[in-house]
Amino acid sequence: MDARIPAGPLDDKWTDYKGHCKLVNPANKRKLEVIIIGTGLAGASAAASLGELGYKVKAFCFQDSPRRAHSIAAQGGINAAKNYQNDGDSVFRLFYDTIKGGDYRAREANVHRLAEVSANIIDQCVAQGVPFAREYGGLLSNRSFGGTQVQRTFYAAGQTGQQLLIGAYQALERQVALGNVKMYSRHEMLEVVIIDGKTRGIIARNLVTGELERHFGHAVLLCSGGYGNVFYLSTNAMGSNVTAAWKAHKAGAYFGNPCFTQIHPTCIPVSGDHQSKLTLMSESLRNDGRIWVPKKQGDNRRPNEIPEEERDYYLERRYPAFGNLVPRDVASRAAKERCDAGYGVGSSKQAVYLDYAAAIERYGKIEAGKQGNDNVGKDEIIKMGKEVVKEKYGNLFDMYEKITGENPYEVPMRIYPAVHYTMGGLWVDYELMTTVPGLYALGEANFSDHGANRLGASALMQGLADGYFVIPYTIGNYLADEIRTAPIPTSHPAFEAAEKSVSDRLNTLMNIKGKQTVESLHKRLGKIMWDKCGMARNKQGLEEAIKEIQQLKKEFWSDVKIPGGINELNPELDKAGRVADFIELGELMCKDALEREESCGGHFREESQSEDGEALRHDDRFMYVAAWEYKGDHNWQLHKEELVYDVVKPSTRSYK
Amino acid sequence: MEHYNMNLTLKVWRQKNQSDRGQFETYKVSNISSEMSFLEMFDVLNEELIQEGKDPIAFDHDCREGICGMCSMYIDGKPHGPWQENTTCQLHMRAFKDGDTITVEPWRANAFPVLKDLVTDRTAFDRIIQAGGFISVNTGNAVDANALPIEKAKADDAFAAAACIGCGACVAACKNSSALLFVGAKVAHLGLLPQGEPERKERVLNMVAQMDKEGFGACTSTGACEATCPKGISISNINRLNKEYLVASLVSEK
Ligand SMILES: Cc1cc2nc3c(=O)[nH]c(=O)nc-3n(C[C@H](O)[C@H](O)[C@H](O)COP(=O)(O)OP(=O)(O)OC[C@H]3O[C@@H](n4cnc5c(N)ncnc54)[C@H](O)[C@@H]3O)c2cc1C
Ligand code: SF4
Ligand code: FES
Repeated sequence: MDARIPAGPLDDKWTDYKGHCKLVNPANKRKLEVIIIGTGLAGASAAASLGELGYKVKAFCFQDSPRRAHSIAAQGGINAAKNYQNDGDSVFRLFYDTIKGGDYRAREANVHRLAEVSANIIDQCVAQGVPFAREYGGLLSNRSFGGTQVQRTFYAAGQTGQQLLIGAYQALERQVALGNVKMYSRHEMLEVVIIDGKTRGIIARNLVTGELERHFGHAVLLCSGGYGNVFYLSTNAMGSNVTAAWKAHKAGAYFGNPCFTQIHPTCIPVSGDHQSKLTLMSESLRNDGRIWVPKKQGDNRRPNEIPEEERDYYLERRYPAFGNLVPRDVASRAAKERCDAGYGVGSSKQAVYLDYAAAIERYGKIEAGKQGNDNVGKDEIIKMGKEVVKEKYGNLFDMYEKITGENPYEVPMRIYPAVHYTMGGLWVDYELMTTVPGLYALGEANFSDHGANRLGASALMQGLADGYFVIPYTIGNYLADEIRTAPIPTSHPAFEAAEKSVSDRLNTLMNIKGKQTVESLHKRLGKIMWDKCGMARNKQGLEEAIKEIQQLKKEFWSDVKIPGGINELNPELDKAGRVADFIELGELMCKDALEREESCGGHFREESQSEDGEALRHDDRFMYVAAWEYKGDHNWQLHKEELVYDVVKPSTRSYK
Repeated sequence: MEHYNMNLTLKVWRQKNQSDRGQFETYKVSNISSEMSFLEMFDVLNEELIQEGKDPIAFDHDCREGICGMCSMYIDGKPHGPWQENTTCQLHMRAFKDGDTITVEPWRANAFPVLKDLVTDRTAFDRIIQAGGFISVNTGNAVDANALPIEKAKADDAFAAAACIGCGACVAACKNSSALLFVGAKVAHLGLLPQGEPERKERVLNMVAQMDKEGFGACTSTGACEATCPKGISISNINRLNKEYLVASLVSEK
């Protein structure tokens, strides 16, 4: 596998690349058409930037407006190596933290570039009017996040993703008004069209009328997000799916590290069979909250009735150095371990407590101290402490209360890990191009920057880096050779064939007329994945999962029941297509997890752990990116991209 | 929190497509847990309808966290239902009790045509943003983010206005179908910031012109929009817009 990483020292690679890549002159840009699938942070920023440059852009999303992409839901913040806090941050430190956080399974050159452009992202967003949090002096505020030792996270209350996306969306709409971008909302891309080995367009379905459309492009950018919903329950939006990436995969794009999934430790637990999605409680809550379970198994007392000495603050016990601030993968596994051993709480026993009582008291005492008053009663201290906590985390506490009906200022929150993010995705080279010429992947849809575990506040950074600052350069290097390619008429046989295959598939789905609903089949897939390819994986479980998924696939294609028709707004049909792709992806994820006989980051193979239950990497055998090539039904070939660390020396992560 | 199960009667607006006239249909659902969200209750009903060979009810939703602005049900005469500062997806069934009858309709406004059942077309909002809801700064043009300090109070006000999720509940709540709260929030968000200053005048004129063109009604200050808004967008944004509009039109007439 050739990642086409520029030669030279790490610090100079990107600058050198930009100085030497091919350019397209403005007159030629107007003749070049670019298709962008997705309008989240990656897609909207790419569409706006390429439109500004003068390319003819078509952008697609399945929601009713580009502003509703899943990026809108990101809460906590976005990292950038600005060092505004003078606390020792630098491009190198952000680069290093990201490589280490990813457990040494990411590519150095990409991650360094990401750290380099991170500062420009904040500048760009502020110029667009993104209202980041500020200090009284009028300058930008930062917080710490995800256990790093510097404060480099920029945020807008608990709505950072919303504000960043609205900035990118507005830039996109400006280009729509100027005629540089044409927007297709309520459209779903269902096939890539390849002619003579190059990507030349897509087939999309209008989700209101059901009509199939052919669109030509000199290049296609997939910015279609992550695939966490393969687990059915996740913190992703309901519509998030793998379909665009999967079609590309089947058309020849390799899939990178599919099994690398991030399970976030602090989510609101499942309340019953009706559960349709899970809600994240921001990682920032671990800055002040303490996590515990009772010391006694099956303890049914209310949390406030359990005395201090009968509580097990298991993260503080196991990881005295980092305590409640260990990385996400470590915290999630520790919660699962306690619950599996019978110490879980709540009616389902699949939850642990996140307790703010100590923080409330601590903040209350600080407030009392500020007033210089030593004689404040306990009630008064608690009252003042609650005010402080409210100012910091009020919107999250309100959200918890809306969902659970419990008041987290009075009783500890119940939390449990949930699927949150997928580090895996389409394999891309340094230029973000997949293995199919002219087909690119940006944002969560690619595999590139986070290795086996993503640090908090780094996905937003990566999406915007890809769209604003990377693709505008790298796409020129490809399109410069395409200026003589006239738009190919969509009557070309390749478009015809692609449209026919989409239409045949839709008809096949509608004609199954079986007995099981799409939802029920998706739930079953999710259960297999969660039980056997979730937080802990082992050989036997993965082998079983593969068989079960193959069986499920047969059932799906012989017994699924889809109401309505093709030529109308039919959300069940849309969902059916996505679940069919998830089923195939699920099999590949298990295969990848089976192949990787080591534990790294979010991937924990039970066979590969230390005596005290920590993850054990095997750098001698697995220091590579697994890039899977689709070879036909249930059949993939593994290609390896060896990872070379020139600058960072891989070591064992320890948080003890 | 104690939970309970309930049986409910639902009166839901069914409309095949934009040209269909549409009518209410009545459904019974049983054993609904108070812990479910309102949309999960619809999931249960839809699964039953599919099993019975009937067409499930189409509705818009995506994040189910109150932030994407996609969900849009008019529940018992209120956009997003009975809870304050809340979206449909965050409404939970403990807001109802056993035996209740609940009426569910789509947003109703000329500018938001119904596409099917509870799904409406809100692209008019996108076109209003295209008319001027942005700051014209190309990628790469920005100066250092801290080069221009912004008063915290102003930044906070801009953020409060920018919290609008573009759901359209304000329009659905207004007897005139006015979009002024949505437009006012955007005019305030960008106008409060120094970066938005250069385009302030054209922005308000162009956005209001587009709003009128889309067929939204006039504002008669009933305050229904503010009372319904899931993100607590303040009606003071409308006053602000009116002032900006006045100043801008005086200047542009010169
Ligand atoms: C609850 C939550 C909180 C988070 N908080 C943070 C945080 O604080 N900091 C951080 O850095 N990261 C956070 N993340 C992660 C981050 O939000 C995502 O990784 C990131 O926003 C993904 O952006 P994207 O542009 O790649 O894709 P998305 O925003 O998912 O956009 C995907 C786009 O693709 C379109 N699409 C998909 N398939 C098709 C198709 N077939 N046809 C047409 N269009 C299609 C969709 O319509 C959509 O426009 C969070 C994630 C979640 C779930
Ligand atoms: S102003 Fe409020 S009600 Fe109107 S679109 Fe925005 S969030 Fe929705
Ligand atoms: S579904 Fe996103 S706000 Fe309700």
